[in-house]
Amino acid sequence: MIEAIGLTKRYGRTVAVRDLSFTVRPGRVTGFLGPNGAGKSTTMRMILGLDRPTEGRVLIDGRPYHELRHPMRTVGALLDAKWVHPNRSARNHLRWLARASQLPRARVDEVLAQVGLTTVADKRAGTFSLGMSQRLGIAAALLGDPQVLLFDEPVNGLDPEGILWIRRIMQGLAAEGRTVLVSSHLLSEMAQTAEDLIVIGRGQLISQGTVDAFVNGATETTVLVRSPQAERLVEVLTQWGMSVRITDDDALVISGGSSDQIGEMAATHGVVLHELSPQQGSLEEAFMRLTGHAVEYQSDEVTVS
Amino acid sequence: MTLLAVERIKLFSTRAPVWCIATALVLTIGVTAGLTMLDHAGEGPTPSSTQTMYILGLTVIMVMATLSVTTEYRFGTMRATFQAVSSRSRALLAKATVLAIVAGLVGEVSSFGSWGVAKLIAHSPDTDIHTAAEWRQIAGMGLVYAIAAVLAVAVGALLRQSAAAVAILLVFPLLVEQLVEIIPRVGDRLHDWMPFVAASQFASTADRGLPYGPWGGLAYFAAIAAALLVAALAVVEKRDA
Repeated sequence: MIEAIGLTKRYGRTVAVRDLSFTVRPGRVTGFLGPNGAGKSTTMRMILGLDRPTEGRVLIDGRPYHELRHPMRTVGALLDAKWVHPNRSARNHLRWLARASQLPRARVDEVLAQVGLTTVADKRAGTFSLGMSQRLGIAAALLGDPQVLLFDEPVNGLDPEGILWIRRIMQGLAAEGRTVLVSSHLLSEMAQTAEDLIVIGRGQLISQGTVDAFVNGATETTVLVRSPQAERLVEVLTQWGMSVRITDDDALVISGGSSDQIGEMAATHGVVLHELSPQQGSLEEAFMRLTGHAVEYQSDEVTVS
Repeated sequence: MTLLAVERIKLFSTRAPVWCIATALVLTIGVTAGLTMLDHAGEGPTPSSTQTMYILGLTVIMVMATLSVTTEYRFGTMRATFQAVSSRSRALLAKATVLAIVAGLVGEVSSFGSWGVAKLIAHSPDTDIHTAAEWRQIAGMGLVYAIAAVLAVAVGALLRQSAAAVAILLVFPLLVEQLVEIIPRVGDRLHDWMPFVAASQFASTADRGLPYGPWGGLAYFAAIAAALLVAALAVVEKRDA
């Protein structure tokens, strides 16, 4: 379990994270979502005690990071797969980490096998592809068999096979009852990986809850209707307080009513319908709606007069 | 002990430190051998004169020590270290200790190696070690190297940048400390209290009119290194990794 309480991080006059509080529960994958520059990495570094919070604190299973005796046996993290000396072999990289956590040397070979790097274990880490570096980073995170795991943008730049592999690893870890926090700016990825979501924008909490609740709560459900008697239908529907938008190809997008209600009303008034389909809002839409005003680096609209 | 083992694994699992150690020894002993051969016509070398090249190896070892910190910052392994070891001070102290031990051993091999190679080449009784001061100079060289390594680790941790740290460690002992003498009125006295001038008082047997003896010089050099290390520990604890 990870608890952030009033986390704030200022760099001079810039506020990277502002009064952020959230809880990450064990036994499920929690997505940490936000646009680039929202403060996800800064928050993760604060959880790991690498950056000092200006205000607030983070507790891991009730204790701050620096009070953990062998931190890597409690928290495993992959913040940046490139945090490896390029001239050191994968095995030696894990060897010194294992030694620092007083883990037996055999554990190094175990995690190397687990991530499928046994055959390249003695190659220099600098020669690794991104996918292999990512596997080495995950091996390091798993080394201490920790109950809490953090991954910062773990699928960035990976091929589909690599993405699937990491997704399975994270879900497997959560299924074992561990706490898994994974950050991403990709909603589609989170929708497939995470059950819980913490959404931040400009360093502030936007929402926390399940992925389903996030989508339902943040998106507007609309109904798409096509009818040769569109004008008559609009008249009826607006009388019942629904709002109607007409698209470029003469379809009606109706909000404020369910497809059942619209169908029944059309039948009552003898209106022919060619199409009647409920439109589920996507996670992307929900995300854009919520964080649209919270994007740090928004491109200015160019107006030509 | 655990942290010392961690830093030992880190130091010797890349090739650069091994090359630095080899370079330090080959340079110091090699140049001493070369000078002894060229000087064949004159008198045999004294134990003291076989030690004048110590600054070559010392410089290389300081570069190795400071890079052992700055490369960790460059490649992010310092963050990995702080993740694995919750006390940053203990991690940095372990690194300073391991580098001091390695540098000390290199210093000993280098000083006795330089003396030995000169003795082999010159075959002169003048090269035999007779006085306590000569023993102190040669056997004590490891201390100078060890302290210099701690100083270099501290400079690396304070600056975090390879280029800046190496530049300072090269330019300060080799140029700045000499140029200080140009300053009117206070230059001479300032020069006497430069850290590497103090170290050289211990690493030679010549009387250069300094206000302290060899052991005083070594203690002063150690105090400077300790002060820098304390500053580095404070800064490393405080700033974001």
